[in-house]
Amino acid sequence: MNGHAIRAIYLFELARAWRTLMQSIASPVLSTSLYFVVFGAAIGSRMVAIDGVSYGAYIVPGLIMLTVLNESTSNAAFGIYMPKFTGTMYEILSAPVSSLEIVIGFVGAAATKSVILGLIILLTARIFVDYSIEHPFWMLGFLVFTCVSFSLFGFIIGVMAESFEQLQVVPMMIITPLAFLGGSFYSIQMLPPLWQTITLFNPVVYLVSGFRWSFYGVSDVGVGISLTMIVVFMLVCLGIVTWLFKTGYKIKP
Amino acid sequence: MQPIIEVQNLSKTYQSGFQALKNVDLSIRKGEIFALLGPNGAGKTTLISIICGIVNPSAGKVRADGYDIVKDYRRARQLIGLVPQELAVNIFETVWSTVTFSRGLFGKAPNRPYLEQLLKDLSLWDKKDSKIMALSGGMKRRVLIAKALAYEPKILFLDEPTAGVDVELRRDMWEMIRQLRDNGVTIILTTHYIEEAEDMADRVGVIQRGELILVEDKHDLMEKLGKKQLSLQLVEPIEQIPSALSAYSLSLSEDGMQLTYQYDHQSDQAAIARLLRSLSDEGLDYRDLHTSQSSLEDIFVSLVEEKV
Repeated sequence: MNGHAIRAIYLFELARAWRTLMQSIASPVLSTSLYFVVFGAAIGSRMVAIDGVSYGAYIVPGLIMLTVLNESTSNAAFGIYMPKFTGTMYEILSAPVSSLEIVIGFVGAAATKSVILGLIILLTARIFVDYSIEHPFWMLGFLVFTCVSFSLFGFIIGVMAESFEQLQVVPMMIITPLAFLGGSFYSIQMLPPLWQTITLFNPVVYLVSGFRWSFYGVSDVGVGISLTMIVVFMLVCLGIVTWLFKTGYKIKP
Repeated sequence: MQPIIEVQNLSKTYQSGFQALKNVDLSIRKGEIFALLGPNGAGKTTLISIICGIVNPSAGKVRADGYDIVKDYRRARQLIGLVPQELAVNIFETVWSTVTFSRGLFGKAPNRPYLEQLLKDLSLWDKKDSKIMALSGGMKRRVLIAKALAYEPKILFLDEPTAGVDVELRRDMWEMIRQLRDNGVTIILTTHYIEEAEDMADRVGVIQRGELILVEDKHDLMEKLGKKQLSLQLVEPIEQIPSALSAYSLSLSEDGMQLTYQYDHQSDQAAIARLLRSLSDEGLDYRDLHTSQSSLEDIFVSLVEEKV
């Protein structure tokens, strides 16, 4: 294992986040805080509690998920796309590193940024709403698993993308709608039966539900199913990444 | 001597169907400076890219110091440094962070004194905290060299190292390349400046349309294929070459004032003395004479044209 290489990629990617602190951390924290202000502190006080949890507190896990899904995907996609765009990919490809080490470096850094971001948002939410964490270990576990899975997903997008526009399409056009419709702001049990069934095809439902369970002990779907879905998603992403490196598709001519 | 790079039957066909390399065989000797010459699109960069692991070969094998570049890619790549043709560098980084990154990426532990000396040698030390976007083109080129040397490779590929570099910096780079060779680094360079190859290379390879058409010691090549020329400025013009001189390969200028004799290293060494005596016998006086020989560039151009 080339530990120096993993460290170099990991620190390099973290340094990029540090250089773009406003965009990487401040901006998502601010925009998520606005949700807490509007839906938590302002409108939330007029809403009925869901499963015995005040509305403001109920949306905290969903909003953290909404942000970390987008940020994990974008960070990892941008991280691997930039060397392709600037031509510096030659150095990574010519280095004595395995594909696994490259993935650990890029995905590890993207996931780290997202976990830090998620925790900052969690702390920021405390200013606006009162919440509790029933299973802190599981909360951290769900957060880390989700960040790693979606960073892997973002890595795939970054490898396959051929323009900056394509990098933005998936987070904006797919992940954000899935997160909004995946129970971030409501319990799917509030939907009509047909829509409940349709919603179960949305993978984000399982992430939000499991994460919310770690906070309040309530969930739309079983915790075991949530965990299984995250692991399955991660394995699918790993499979695709392995195939990309094995074939050199969009990586090596 | 065991070659440090062995290329066997290497071929590359891109997805578009373009065949960039055709059954290339090449051995690079340890510690030499090898110049790979060829017109644009000849396959130079593809060959280098395959050896460095950036492009997958379609067929054939490559070994670096005995290590297969596919099966033993870690050991092979640790030995190889690459300075690419394009100024491919992250412009938002500082010089120091980019060389530190390169060293780590190639599995080397941090070594501040080494990197400090390297940047000083390349006149980049005072720019170590500058962002690369603030550097001139020549400095960016030096940053690329610093990145390749940051992990102390034993084999260094320089793909058009002095493209777009001013004369003074080019001379500095040549000096640096020689120093690297003196320190035991094997250098493989591609260049459009034949003068560069003529000045530095120990051996020369010429590649054209994906085929390696020649690999030769530079001096042997210039002796074998180089032409020499003796020009004589006559005192009085003549209308035609006297028949007594027909045994010599002579040509006469249009104004009848200059005789030119072409010869090569295989020609009879006494031929010039005989020619001069024959001129005297024919009563042809000359007021000046000079000799010249073809450069590596002349040889390269004639080789490529011959193939076309």
